[in-house]
Formats: sequence, structure tokens, C-alpha cells
Amino acid sequence: MTREEIIEKGQVVYKKPTLLNDTPMHYCPGCSHGVVHKLVSEVIEEMGMTDKTIAISPVGCAVFAYKYIDVDWQEAAHGRAPALASATKRLWPDRLVFTYQGDGDLACIGTAETIHALNRAENITIIFINNAIYGMTGGQMAPTTLLGMKTATCPYGREVSLHGYPLKITEIAASLEGTCYVTRQSVHTVAAINRAKRALRKAFEYSMQGKGSNLVEIVSTCNSGWKMTPEKANKWMEENMFEFYHLGDLKDKGAEK
Amino acid sequence: MTEEIIIAGFGGQGVLSMGKILAYAGLMEGKEVTWMPAYGPEQRGGTANVTVIVSDAPVSSPILSNYDTAIVLNQPSLEKFEPKVKPGGTIIYDGYGINEPPTRKDIEIYRIDAMDAAAEMNLIKTFNMIVLGGLLKIHPVVQIESVLAALRKTLPERHHHLIPKNEEAIRKGMEIIVKQ
Amino acid sequence: MADQEITLMKGNEAIAHAAIRCGCDGYFGYPITPQSEVLETLAAEKPWETTGMVVLQAESEVSSINMVYGGACTGKKVMTSSSSPGVSLMQEGISYMAGAELPALIVNVMRGGPGLGTIQPSQSDYFQACKGGGHGDYHLIVLAPASVQEMADFVDLAFTLAFRYRNPAMILADGAIGQMMEKVVLPPFKPRRTEEEIIKECPWATTGRVGMRKPNIITSLELRSEEMEIINNRIQDKYRKIEESEVRYEEFMLEDAEYAIVAFGSAARIAKKSIEVARAQGIKVGLLRPITLWPFPVKEVCKLAGQVKGILSLEINAGQMVEDIRLAVEGRIPVRHFGRLGGIIPDPDEVVDALKRLF
Repeated sequence: MTREEIIEKGQVVYKKPTLLNDTPMHYCPGCSHGVVHKLVSEVIEEMGMTDKTIAISPVGCAVFAYKYIDVDWQEAAHGRAPALASATKRLWPDRLVFTYQGDGDLACIGTAETIHALNRAENITIIFINNAIYGMTGGQMAPTTLLGMKTATCPYGREVSLHGYPLKITEIAASLEGTCYVTRQSVHTVAAINRAKRALRKAFEYSMQGKGSNLVEIVSTCNSGWKMTPEKANKWMEENMFEFYHLGDLKDKGAEK
Repeated sequence: MTEEIIIAGFGGQGVLSMGKILAYAGLMEGKEVTWMPAYGPEQRGGTANVTVIVSDAPVSSPILSNYDTAIVLNQPSLEKFEPKVKPGGTIIYDGYGINEPPTRKDIEIYRIDAMDAAAEMNLIKTFNMIVLGGLLKIHPVVQIESVLAALRKTLPERHHHLIPKNEEAIRKGMEIIVKQ
Repeated sequence: MADQEITLMKGNEAIAHAAIRCGCDGYFGYPITPQSEVLETLAAEKPWETTGMVVLQAESEVSSINMVYGGACTGKKVMTSSSSPGVSLMQEGISYMAGAELPALIVNVMRGGPGLGTIQPSQSDYFQACKGGGHGDYHLIVLAPASVQEMADFVDLAFTLAFRYRNPAMILADGAIGQMMEKVVLPPFKPRRTEEEIIKECPWATTGRVGMRKPNIITSLELRSEEMEIINNRIQDKYRKIEESEVRYEEFMLEDAEYAIVAFGSAARIAKKSIEVARAQGIKVGLLRPITLWPFPVKEVCKLAGQVKGILSLEINAGQMVEDIRLAVEGRIPVRHFGRLGGIIPDPDEVVDALKRLF
């Protein structure tokens, strides 16, 4: 039986969004990026924004996001995606403009661009994948690496005296006047995936309604960098990451009357 | 005709704006003009100077080695620019700001007590226009009407009521400039 | 402001007015002396209320150039301006734009360096502008205005060249040209292109998948070396075309010249006065003024080497363009350099003295 025959019989219970193309992903098995890519694709499709979306990819594991989601993409320099997005949205105000960035890109080298784009109330959405490690370059310490966590550049564990504290940039974002919706989600269970999708949809809608800037953090795993099986990584995330990075909405100005 | 002028003094004496009015007046007469300031922190209290060139022909260099006329409003400026006046050229200095007047014999030297006059008239802010009046008396580089037109053009509307005061100052300068 | 109005303004102000008039879509910048009047003038003119041009003060030059990068990705006419230290910060973004082959305008109103240096005029960013500046094998199209009028005229020219070749262009001015006021005839108003026109003229741009066309992707990344070499070769081919077609220069009193000064920007203005003075003393000297610094007028300098006994490279720096002159001359005649440093502008008499001393 071919795929087409199955579809004809109306037996499809699940299919990937059309926007997510068939290019094999370079992400490691168990990585959260694939799930978030799918959610982003679904939301764009469901909002009918395919022909009006301009996305900005980062430097980091998601550098090739443009290969997988069939919208227009700009590939930014490391950390600069919010600057590209700011200009793009101001020049094309009726477009859906979002960046897709990791913790190193957004919370370290691009901190200035992130904070200022958010605080200028640019009508964009920043999708922030926080897996507490530099995945692409081989597992070095990130600004969000937890205390005690081992990486290639803190092989004996992150400690305050040497490396300072992990950065809660999402809390900072929530404190900025320019942000409309700031939320922290995860995609490790079906329920979490559904919540994350609703959060993305809300952020995209607010940005199209001109309500200000939106930040959706997805607390994620990096099983390769963490040197764990995907299953163990999810468990470790639940036990350690969520304790420091609390899930839920930090701010929703759009919902206020 | 080309007139190459340096105007130099302390920041706050209106050196740059005097040069600007002169250049603008030249422009209104269809002349070629260049206004080249020594810009930067000097504008805020140190020495300030501006080179103004008014010419019938296109201006080549905005930066000059020597000048037809030097208008010097303080001692350091006199010391700097007296040697740079072309032989046969002119120095105009303000008696208030200069203790040791210029000494060269091969140039024409004029004194204008503009600061005193401005104080007398109770119009300290028109000090630079008094000096400009002095220049226009001895070197009518531009017509006084062009200066007034330039003021109308460059001053914001809310300051237009001050134009008669400026004209008064220019005429005062024409009266009080004295050859040494 | 009416078309063709003759007015008196600073070079920096002329840049701003010309940008509004030539249909620029966006300006992104950060204040730095001696060019802050560009952003100040735009802010005062409020073009967003008239032509719809976006004006945004960024949080840094790093951000401004990346805003320009983002805007350029979408086919809009976008620009930034800064001065030397700020342009150093922009080099990353400029390299990305050159790699992604994007049209944009960067204005550098040079001040003396290195480091924080001075705020006074200088031409010491010639190497940075013409030889790359950022990483990788690339060139900007570099225009050197010598008057306030050219500051105004080169904005449209730079955009035209940038879009013709899909390459960033730079106006390389200096503090003297930026700060001085001269008579200027502002260019007539040209409307901004409509979104439909941009989508048609820039089918490569990331405008959203209008009409559900295939996705457009702007990137400078290609990890496969064989592919990256092909991209690089294509870009180099483009540079050869620019070198063949876009060299611009001015000649002044060269017909009977026995010596030539080569100078750009404000140094060329000083050179003209020096030439008047030198000729009055019986020294037959003329001027070749490169208007495009890249592409450099190689053929013209080469030809000059067959005519004059020596060339003086007059630059407000320690000797940068002199290297390109020497390459073009190929050792046939002496090529000397004269310049002042630290923000000091050589005066015409000094240049005449240098001519006499060096040849």
C-alpha cells in the first residue's frame, strides 16, 4: 500500500506540516529542534502566513533551519538576528517576522541585540532554544549552563568563582517595558508540545497585532552535548533545568484588558 | 573676486555662526562659498575658528595656508593667524580680547571694539554681528541686504523679531571699526 | 523643500537629504563624531511622515550594520553611516553582506586613528575600505566625494551601483567633507519603490513567499568547499566586471603636466590649490583624482607613468593609496607619498614644499 492510497482512504491520523520539507535534518536524534521546527511550521500554516513570513536563523545548531522550513530566511551573523528582524519588520510591517536562536547566540554574544530589540517593542517574535550548552561547536559552556554542569570548557563543572552564574535572560526580557508576551515552555511531552504550540501561536499573533516584542523560550535537551540518551536527557532536564528555569508564562500583556 | 577669510576666537563668541551668515549671504548672491570649521570640543569653550571662502569661481581647497583677511577675537588666535595673513591683507581685531595688538607693517590692521559696543547696547549676543559689520565696511564681500536675507533664511521663525537688532549691530560695527 | 533648490549645508546634512530624496527605504545608525549630523538631520526631517523612510537609532554600530543586513536581504534601499571606530565595529556585518551579495550603502566619515584616535579629519581608513576590512576575499564599491555636492550626488550613485552588482557600496568621506558647508543643489525627489516593484526587481529578496514562489534564502554560509569555491569565483568574476566598467576619476591640469598629484576626497581639493601655487612658481603639475577608490583607476595611473616624471600621492594618512599607485606604475617612475597624521590636514603650501623636496 502506498502513502497516497492510505491518504485517499482517509486514514491519516498524523502528518507533518507541508512547510516542513523532506530534507533530512542534521540535528542529533533526540534533539528538541525538530519538534520546535514542526510547531513553527504548523503555526505559520495554520495562520495562513506562508507567503508573508520572513524568518531569521542564527549561528548555532539551528544555523541551517532555512533548509527545513519552506519560508523565506535570512541567515544572520552570530547573535545579530534581532537586529536583522528589527529592520525587516519595520520595512515590511505586514510580514510575520521571527528569529530562531540558541542560548549562546541570544544570551551571550547577542545579548545587546536581544535586549534592545525586545525593549524597542519591535513587533517580532524571538524563539529561544535553551539547552544550556553550545551544541554546534561541540558542547562548550553556555551563558545558561547550570552550576555544576560539565561541558568541554568547564570540564569539572560550572562554578561561580570561575564562571559566574547561569543567566536567566527570559526573566530580564519579562522586565522590559517593550515586551508583550514572555513565556518559557518545553517540548518533552505531548502536553508540553501542545502548550508550546499555543505559546508560539500567541506570540506570532501578538506580533502581527502590533502589541510589541515576544519571547518564547523552549527549555531543551542536548543529549549529545550532555552525553546522555534522549530519554535520560529529558529526565535530567525535568529534574535539573526546570528547577532553575521555571516553566510557564512570565508576562502576557496581550491578555490584559 | 575671491575672499579667503579666517574668523577665530573663543567658543561661544559666535565665530562659527558669523561665518555661516557670511557664507549664506554669499550664496544668496550666487557666489561660490565654503565654510570649514575647526570642529570638536573647541566649540565648547576653547578656541574656535572657521575658514570662509567667498568667490566668483569654484573654490578649490577649503583648507588654506594663508588668508586675505583674519578676524581675530582673542590673543591666541591673533598669535596663530597674524603670520598667515597674505602681504597686503587685513587683520581685524577686537580691542577687548587683545592685549598685544598685531605688529606687522605689510598688512592693514583694523580695530573694532565690538565687545564694548555690544555691552553698551545691551546686546551681548549680537557681538559677532557687530564684528561682521566692521568686515563689511572695509571689505564689502557681500551686501548687507544679503546678510539680512541670510538671517531670515537661517534663523528659526521664532527668532525673526531679532533681525532688526542684528541689523542695528551690523550698522554699529560699520561705524566703530577704526584703522590703526 | 522644492526640487533643485540651491542651499548651504554640511556634507553630513547633504547625505541625509540626498537619502530621503533618492528613495532610500531605511537608515540605521549610531551617533559618532564627526558624522552625527546624518542621523540628527534625518530625525529632524521625519521622512517616515513623508516618503515613508524608516529611520532608527540602533544600540551600536554592530546592530546598525546588521539592521542594514536585514533590510538589504528584503531588497529595500538601506544605509548606515558612521566614522572610523564605528566602521571597524561594522566589519563583520559588511563581510556578511559582501558574502551574501547584498546591495547597501555604508558611509564612513573618517577621523584619525588608530583606536579612539581623534575626531579630526583623516583618510586613514583607505586600506580598510578598499582592501576588505572584514574577513574573506571581498571588495566594496568605494566612492570618495570631494565636495558637499558630491556627498549629495554619490548617495544615489552608490545605491545604483550597489543594486547593479548586488554588492555593498561605501561612501568614504572624511571629517572635513562631513563638517564643512558648501553650496549644494539637492537631487530631485525620486519616489521610493513600491513593494510590488521591489518584489519584481529583486526576485532573490526575502520578501515573504509572495505568490507561493519557492523560498528565498539569504546566507553567506556554505560548508561544502567545492560549492564555496564556485560561489567565491562567481563573486570574483563580478569584481572583474566592476573593475572594467565602473572606474571613475577626474583629471585637472594634466595636459602639460611634468608631475602629477594623485589624491582623493578633501586631499584632492587641497591638491588643486597647491597646483595653482606650484604653477605660479613654474612647476608644471596636475591632478588625477580617483572618484572610485575601488575599483582603482589602474589604467589611468599606468598611463600617467608614461607622461610625467613623478607622482606624489597626497593622502591624509601615513601612505595607503600610494601602494595602489606603485602597483599601477610598476616601478617606471618615482612615486612618493606626502601626508599629515593625527587629524592634521596638510595645507596647500606644505604640499608645494613636499613636491619640491621629494622630486
